[in-house]
Amino acid sequence: MLRSRAHEEWEQAYEASPRRDDGLETSTLSGQELAPLYTVEDLPEGVEGEYPGRYPYLRGIHPGGYRGKLWTMRQFSGFASAAETNRRYKYLLENGQTGLSVAFDMPTLMGLDSDHPESRGEIGYCGVAIDSLADMDRLFEGIPLDRVSTSMTINSPAAILLCMYLAVAERQGVPFSRLEGTLQNDILKEFIAQKEFVFPPGPSMRLVVDSIEFCTREVPRWNTVSISGYHIREAGSTAVQELAFTLADGFAYVDACLERGLKIDDFAPRLSFFFDAHIDFFEEIAKFRAARRLWARHLRERYGATSERSWKLRFHTQTAGVSLTAQQPEINVARTAIEALAAVLGGTQSLHTNAMDEVLALPTDRAARIALRTQQVIAYETGVANTVDPLGGSYLVESLTRRMEEEAERYFQRIEELGGVIPAIEAGFMQREIADAAFRHQQELEQRRRIMVGVNEFTQGNEEDTIELLRIRPELEEEQIERVREVRRRRDRGRAERALEQVRKAAADPKENLMPHILEAVRAYCTEGEIMAAMEEVFGRYTETPVI
Amino acid sequence: MATRAAPPRPVRIVLAKVGLDGHDRGVKVVARALRDAGYEVIYTGLRQTPAMVVDAALQEDAQAIGLSLHSGAHMTLIPAVLEELRRRQATDILVFAGGIIPDEDIAELKRMGVAEIFTPGAPLQGIVEWLRERFPEVES
Repeated sequence: MLRSRAHEEWEQAYEASPRRDDGLETSTLSGQELAPLYTVEDLPEGVEGEYPGRYPYLRGIHPGGYRGKLWTMRQFSGFASAAETNRRYKYLLENGQTGLSVAFDMPTLMGLDSDHPESRGEIGYCGVAIDSLADMDRLFEGIPLDRVSTSMTINSPAAILLCMYLAVAERQGVPFSRLEGTLQNDILKEFIAQKEFVFPPGPSMRLVVDSIEFCTREVPRWNTVSISGYHIREAGSTAVQELAFTLADGFAYVDACLERGLKIDDFAPRLSFFFDAHIDFFEEIAKFRAARRLWARHLRERYGATSERSWKLRFHTQTAGVSLTAQQPEINVARTAIEALAAVLGGTQSLHTNAMDEVLALPTDRAARIALRTQQVIAYETGVANTVDPLGGSYLVESLTRRMEEEAERYFQRIEELGGVIPAIEAGFMQREIADAAFRHQQELEQRRRIMVGVNEFTQGNEEDTIELLRIRPELEEEQIERVREVRRRRDRGRAERALEQVRKAAADPKENLMPHILEAVRAYCTEGEIMAAMEEVFGRYTETPVI
Repeated sequence: MATRAAPPRPVRIVLAKVGLDGHDRGVKVVARALRDAGYEVIYTGLRQTPAMVVDAALQEDAQAIGLSLHSGAHMTLIPAVLEELRRRQATDILVFAGGIIPDEDIAELKRMGVAEIFTPGAPLQGIVEWLRERFPEVES
């Protein structure tokens, strides 16, 4: 395209103008080069034909954007015991939160009961401790499951926790068909980034497909997998890596379900996504937009999905934990607001805003409320929800969006060349890419080529940075251990043993879907750790060779 | 003219993730930085029990152990490593740690014998310099 005269004049004027000489990077946070100016000449071809609610959904999956429905304000929370977390949920619902999101503690995430020796010191710290149906029942006491939607962040033992939720619904008299929510259930990103794996990749994938197959039939409004880039990004990846590895994981789940014999349009509409909203504003917005187009294209063109619902990428966003600082933690409110705004301008379906104290501990009530209020300011005060995809047509955003799509495609190609996602994981490919990016970023900070306020610049005030922190009661550990032992004492022992034997048998038979057997074990008050141990006897345990 | 001395024994540092959390971004970045600074770094990987960490340190003849944890279990697991070192009569091994650890816990852990604790935002250079004071023989 010929450059306009005005453009040439600008270029000359720019060349002649003074520059800031501060040694700071002018590329995006992920290192994508940026020009000083974007113009109509940078608009990718075809952008003017893109409309919201229309394939390939660059501008959003709904024709009316947030005019139809605001995003769901879904604060991830859980700590200490089920009873304490239940009180926090009621507090959040009373304050206008519109969906629940359960954070489990480390033993629960790793499939260990509270009385396991390795659970020592970890009970109730990173989330709520759940050992059996008794805890799950208490967690949702007084919260009718047909009136809330619930997201559960759990991966290796996801099938078990889902069954506990289903069993609570049974006890509340709510049919499975009315349950709404999301199970993270994304084991691939555990191998890649968050590392909360238990079983090897093969049986892990089988459990994911078992739960998808079961929910497709029995729990049709449940989002079966929340394919997650968040942890990949927090582990240090670039925005493009987050985008590419997450979608590649998504394709791997699609492939596994097709191999099982499921029909694409039966299960694909219930796959959802979960991204990070980092601090580089425009790069993040471009990432969300690129993700929608990539998913739609691949689902339609590569997998032959014919239902529009299969093409639409729906996603949850959480603001970036890694962007927050322990220094002057109140500044985190500002960071989180900017990141949340990027998520909204990128068209997120639901959003978690981090509390300012999350870099130090789990949030206090006050910090959790301010985080929720931040979303409410964006939704109700700023006016950004009044127009659909307000940055559509932005020279910069459209150009970045297209660039990220192209770079993601190059990663898909490389993963394909390595034999697919699981062989690439086993070769340490994604892990190494992420570790390299994390190290690069740290060096940029060390060399002051990037600034983190309060960390490597503007540190005056750091001495006053103490804020109130949530402490977990030290008695909790013993109480929780006693609770799980009490459950084991009081249950029908014969029924529990038979149920565990059935789980073991079903695990050994790859043709059998494990879900009904796990559900029966949960109803019989088998504990999470017992059900995991029964499966581990068959599946074995995964250990990784660390990549530095 | 410089006298010819036997090459100094390399300083080995065992870096370990203790406890259940799998957040290894920090420890891996530190591992690279220490390697670049001339140390022999042995990264144990995830989910090490205190006994496994001390085993690794003794087997590798390490002079220091760096523990990383982000799950909140530091007041249980770090003292357990110190106890294991005492039990195995290996308290000459320097123990330092990094992670999300509140100030009052840092004071307590230092009283127990942890040499230093690096919290979020600590520059790599700071860790390297701190180690250099303890191991002046290391050249990068």
